[in-house]
Amino acid sequence: MNFRQVALASTVLAFGAATAWADTTVTILHVNNNAVATALWDKIAADYEAEHKGVKIEFKYLENEAFKAKLPTMLQSDDSRPSIIYSWGGGVMDAQAKAGFLKDLTGEVAGAESALAPTAVEAFKDDGKVVGVPWDVGEVAFFYNKKLFEKAGVKAEDIKSWDDFLGSVKKLKAAGITPLVVGAGEKWPMHFYYSYLVMRIGGEHALTDAKAGKDGGFKNATFVEAGKRLRELAALEPFQPGYLSTSHAQSAGMFGDGKAAMDLMGEWVLGMQAPNSASGKGLPAEDIGILSFPVVPGGKGKATDTLGGIHGWLVTKTAPKEAVDFVNFFSQEKYAKAAAAAGAYIPVYKGAEASITDPAVKHIATDLAATTYHQNFFDQDLGPSLGRVINDISVAVAAGQMTPEAAAAALQEAADQQ
Amino acid sequence: MSISQATAFQPAPRTSLSAWVTIVLFLPPAILLFTVFVAMPMGEAGWYSFYNWNGYGRPEKFIGLKNYGYLLDSAPFARALLNNGLIILASLLIQLPLALGAALLVNRRFPGAVWFRMIFFLPFVLADVAAGLIWHFVFDGDYGLVSSVTTFFGAPPFFLLADKTWAFSAVLIVIVWKYFGFHMMLYIAGLQGIDKSLLEAAEMDGAGPFQRFRYVTLPLLGPMIRLSIFFSVVGALQLFDMIVPLTGGGPFDTTNTMVSFLYYFGITRMRVGFGSAVGVVLFLICVTFAFVYRRLFMNDD
Repeated sequence: MNFRQVALASTVLAFGAATAWADTTVTILHVNNNAVATALWDKIAADYEAEHKGVKIEFKYLENEAFKAKLPTMLQSDDSRPSIIYSWGGGVMDAQAKAGFLKDLTGEVAGAESALAPTAVEAFKDDGKVVGVPWDVGEVAFFYNKKLFEKAGVKAEDIKSWDDFLGSVKKLKAAGITPLVVGAGEKWPMHFYYSYLVMRIGGEHALTDAKAGKDGGFKNATFVEAGKRLRELAALEPFQPGYLSTSHAQSAGMFGDGKAAMDLMGEWVLGMQAPNSASGKGLPAEDIGILSFPVVPGGKGKATDTLGGIHGWLVTKTAPKEAVDFVNFFSQEKYAKAAAAAGAYIPVYKGAEASITDPAVKHIATDLAATTYHQNFFDQDLGPSLGRVINDISVAVAAGQMTPEAAAAALQEAADQQ
Repeated sequence: MSISQATAFQPAPRTSLSAWVTIVLFLPPAILLFTVFVAMPMGEAGWYSFYNWNGYGRPEKFIGLKNYGYLLDSAPFARALLNNGLIILASLLIQLPLALGAALLVNRRFPGAVWFRMIFFLPFVLADVAAGLIWHFVFDGDYGLVSSVTTFFGAPPFFLLADKTWAFSAVLIVIVWKYFGFHMMLYIAGLQGIDKSLLEAAEMDGAGPFQRFRYVTLPLLGPMIRLSIFFSVVGALQLFDMIVPLTGGGPFDTTNTMVSFLYYFGITRMRVGFGSAVGVVLFLICVTFAFVYRRLFMNDD
């Protein structure tokens, strides 16, 4: 053999040998575009790869809607199925578990889960089996602009009941300030209002009872009244002009630009309001206050009931065992504390919220620690079909396109068709 | 036996070996491709449409024709059907005359004619998604081009895409803008195929420009116009990529087309059986149109 043949052969051999070393790849599909969070995750991946030679951890990002649309197809084939997937729990997770795509993790993650908040751990069980491990929890609350409140003479401490809230909306409008910003173009931001109203009116069991079909299911008085209250608010015209086509990112940017006083949103808006604002700087942290959703007079819900997401990792059935190992690695205290300190998200590791420095995030963490009942996002809890319907009807009721009774009936119809 | 009788008897023509080789080599791949990518998916879609299926695992809950029942009851679907009809109407009544007019104008040899052809054709080159995104920003009442216009005239900001009645007109504007260049090119090709001597003869006979257009050009453009209508209608029935970034189905499901309805109500809601039913209905409409149209109008082409 001449020199060229030897060189070629050894190159081919070297490639073959190289691929033989990095054998296992763990792919993780997620929707988080918070730069601080993804930077932390890259570090966790690097740490794991350093400790476990021959394992490659790949975080793959997909935009929210693309993720939801693509995931069912990706899960069907062994080739495209990620090892670990991001999840909001709820109906979609149940569907994935029932179709047999998720690994039963009971027993394998017990150590990690003993240190996590129990409500979050429960949210990732299906039929008593552990199918996922949570890593963050959040709350939906009114984020308000302190300076705009001062300008209109509104005091956040005085807003306790629904009527107080409506009064503050009127005051803000009178002062020439847009009271609320909402990204109703994407629909789900509006369903936060409807969800909280259902929770405040019907209390802890409203949703579970409706899902079980009690009292006419979704057609019962709670859902109809929630619709009426939402219509009552919307009739005051509190939203920004053109709210029906505003996207979520645009609404966060508008809040950051100081164009509206309040935004009913999840904690992630704190990381979104600056990059999406026209000025690029957004509101400084000390100018943002947090207001819990008001109580509705005569309602069964408490002011300390919280609505918010619980995010976790699910391991798919054909994932390598390193995937489960990585999930345990990810759930360590040091990473939870790092996430809290960096302001990436609010970790579910018990006690890690003490490391939170941002006052607004701390307020949320305190609310969550003191919660009397934590409800997952309605559009996740109800599953993909009913979840989209609740988003649609929230916007329709707010815009006066649908009566509260018709909205409740539409929910029940979609539930029947499932 | 006379020679004529002998030659009158012709044995049946035998397919030569080379012909057989051609058939055996080329037919199976074509049949395979057609089966795997066209026939099988259609058949499967028809089968899935009888199930209540969320897309995971295998379909299990057989519900017969219920999906079609839900479809008939669905107000958003009726609106999507209407929207498709409106797109076809706009294509025929606005886009076609516009493209024909533009073709007549730029077909003449004046300096810069080729540049105009390119400019008119450029929107067609753009991907549907890109066009939808661009126009979403153009129509934005706060930051878009529309807002510049409204502030110039001192009018309050106008949010076309948030308006329940008029959002679909925005979709029609974008469609006409995007596709008239393509049809213009078709007509230019058709116009260039018209024999100049016919037009000269008509002119010598005393026909004015409009009469020349109506009695010579238009009939000779007939095949091209029929083809252009065919493309328009088939394209209108399949429109999807532009709707999603532009309006996302629009305020209260007023700007859905059948395919975007299928996507939003079938796929994203994980009701794949229902989505398949929409797909079957769409297929039937397309096939009916294609066959009827070819039968009636394109028999001679």
